[in-house]
Amino acid sequence: MKKAKIVALCMAAAMPVSMFAGCKNSTTNANEIKIGLNYELSGDVAQYGISCVEGIELAVGEINAAGGIDGKQIKLVKIDNKSDNNEAMNVATKLATQEGVCAIMGPATSGAVKATNAVATKYKVPVISCSATADDVTIKDNKLNDYTFRICYNDSFQGKVMGDFSSSDLKAKKAIILADNANDYSKGLATAFKSSFTSAGGTIVSEENFTSTDKDFNAVLTKIKDKDFDIIYLPGYYEQVGLIVKQARSMGITKPILGADGYDSPDLAKIAGKENLTNVFFTNHYSSKDTSSEVTTFIDAFKKKYSKDPNAFHALGYDMAKYVVAAIKTAGGTDTAKIQQALANTKDFDAVTGKFTIDAQHNPVKSTVVIECKNGEQTFRTKIGG
Amino acid sequence: MEQFLQQMINGISIGSIYALVALGYTMVYGIIKLINFAHGDVMMIGAYVGYACVALFNIPFIPSMLIAMVVCSILGVIIERVAYKPLRNAQRITVLITAIGVSFLLEYVMMYFVGATSKTYPQGALGAGKLSLGALSINVEQVYVITTTIIMMIVLQYIIKRTKLGKAMRAVSSDQDAAQLMGISVDRTISFTFILGSSLAAVAGVMLGAMYTISPLMGVQPGLKAFVAAVFGGIGSIPGAMLGGILLGLIETLVSAYLSSSYKDAVAFAILIIVLIVRPAGILGKNVREKV
Repeated sequence: MKKAKIVALCMAAAMPVSMFAGCKNSTTNANEIKIGLNYELSGDVAQYGISCVEGIELAVGEINAAGGIDGKQIKLVKIDNKSDNNEAMNVATKLATQEGVCAIMGPATSGAVKATNAVATKYKVPVISCSATADDVTIKDNKLNDYTFRICYNDSFQGKVMGDFSSSDLKAKKAIILADNANDYSKGLATAFKSSFTSAGGTIVSEENFTSTDKDFNAVLTKIKDKDFDIIYLPGYYEQVGLIVKQARSMGITKPILGADGYDSPDLAKIAGKENLTNVFFTNHYSSKDTSSEVTTFIDAFKKKYSKDPNAFHALGYDMAKYVVAAIKTAGGTDTAKIQQALANTKDFDAVTGKFTIDAQHNPVKSTVVIECKNGEQTFRTKIGG
Repeated sequence: MEQFLQQMINGISIGSIYALVALGYTMVYGIIKLINFAHGDVMMIGAYVGYACVALFNIPFIPSMLIAMVVCSILGVIIERVAYKPLRNAQRITVLITAIGVSFLLEYVMMYFVGATSKTYPQGALGAGKLSLGALSINVEQVYVITTTIIMMIVLQYIIKRTKLGKAMRAVSSDQDAAQLMGISVDRTISFTFILGSSLAAVAGVMLGAMYTISPLMGVQPGLKAFVAAVFGGIGSIPGAMLGGILLGLIETLVSAYLSSSYKDAVAFAILIIVLIVRPAGILGKNVREKV
């Protein structure tokens, strides 16, 4: 009697397992191709994740409407990683093993992509990010992560471009660097800026730090206020940058403030105040003020679907989805090794954020845009490289 | 020299906010021996109420602050009645854990309704521009913060020292049972303490929100700092909380100004540890022997 009970219990315990197993088979449909989305849909950097996903969904919607990949529809399996690096790794594992996707798009931030690198290599599933800009995302200690790709340029490139721009275009000689030294993104940009600015003949007057948990930066700004400098290089994300710009301008610091793609958010002007956000420059992946036909077609389609202006993350997400789909087409199916080959061999791919070619380190070779903020409005200043 | 004075003003303005929040911690601790960890989150709610009034209903700043004070007072009383009162005779650790629970509840309920992304008060809500005092230039926002804090502290001192309710608070704080025997309603007095603490938190929240940005987790960091300030000054002591707050703000600012902002928390906490080793009750705390 007792034994029978135990057997029954075991069977009950085994049931969910067999149910899941059954589940997996039933959802694998021969007429669709599954691509995983591992994105920050809630938490600190949800704004980046959600933007990328909106861009991806626009692109996939267009592709499916035009017949999909060789008649097969694309199905996006979207899971929230809650802006948490460990969770990002779990989501990648789940997508690769339980959902059986042939490629994973996301996460959005560098730290989270690095956390998923091991999963990509282990299960041989390509992981593609459109916004992870840290240098060591695709290559670490001279070892290439075979299954990791990105379609945005890396931090060294952004920092270098800004260093060149400030000495050649703004004619700056003396710079102050104000960076978040607990953040890889900020540190990477600062290092690259420093080397290109000094090699162009400039001097770094002072290097100061801020921390991302701070909201009051008056102490450090008071400290640099009376120094002799031409520009401030301030690599960071819009939340801190907005507050720093506001506090600097209200203290009477009117010199140019320069940064990178972390500035790109409509909230920057709200936090800093429109009249304060002037004489501010940053490098970005694309500008909505660009008038080339790829850009305008994309903007029209985006506005039609979401009734708002696209930002750079939307454009990058859109480009990434097109790039991944093109690779699946070239690979002729869902064989992940063949998709990896196709991703690595992509050349002269036409994209909204500029035509790119994937190099040996799985980075795109492409152009960058310098945006100038005037009274809270973004204006297109110049296009560099590519 | 001029830069030093400027930094002192920066420090006092940050310290004022810490002091306002620290007062709530210290008053509640003084009366029911509870570290009310939800206090920083009450401040966050105050910031959101102020935001709703200023940004959505276009109410002027001072009335918005008063509305936030009223809402937070009610919230403070509800939290005390629902979460802490049933546990008044329970072990202290139980109430402490409950306080942490209330803190999470407030943070994530708020996140559910308003989302995780931060919001900004309309620019110049707390005034914009700067005042020139000789070579010094003081931000108008900082002037408002410091003045408001001074007014609040004078009012608080008056309430505690000169009114009947203040007298009752002091009585309950020194001996709850004896106070009850003298005919003081302990429950009402505790509620009143929560009203005072929460409305000060609301003032701090609205000012913080107007100067910086607001988000459902904005109360965590200043809440923790204010708690440290309260311990620093001597938890349970009202002048101690004021002093602790201002000192903490000054230390942080001076370390950022003359060393590096990366070290400011390390230095502030190192000083805290030294103070607690030398004076375990805090700078102005009284060494009360445990009653057996």
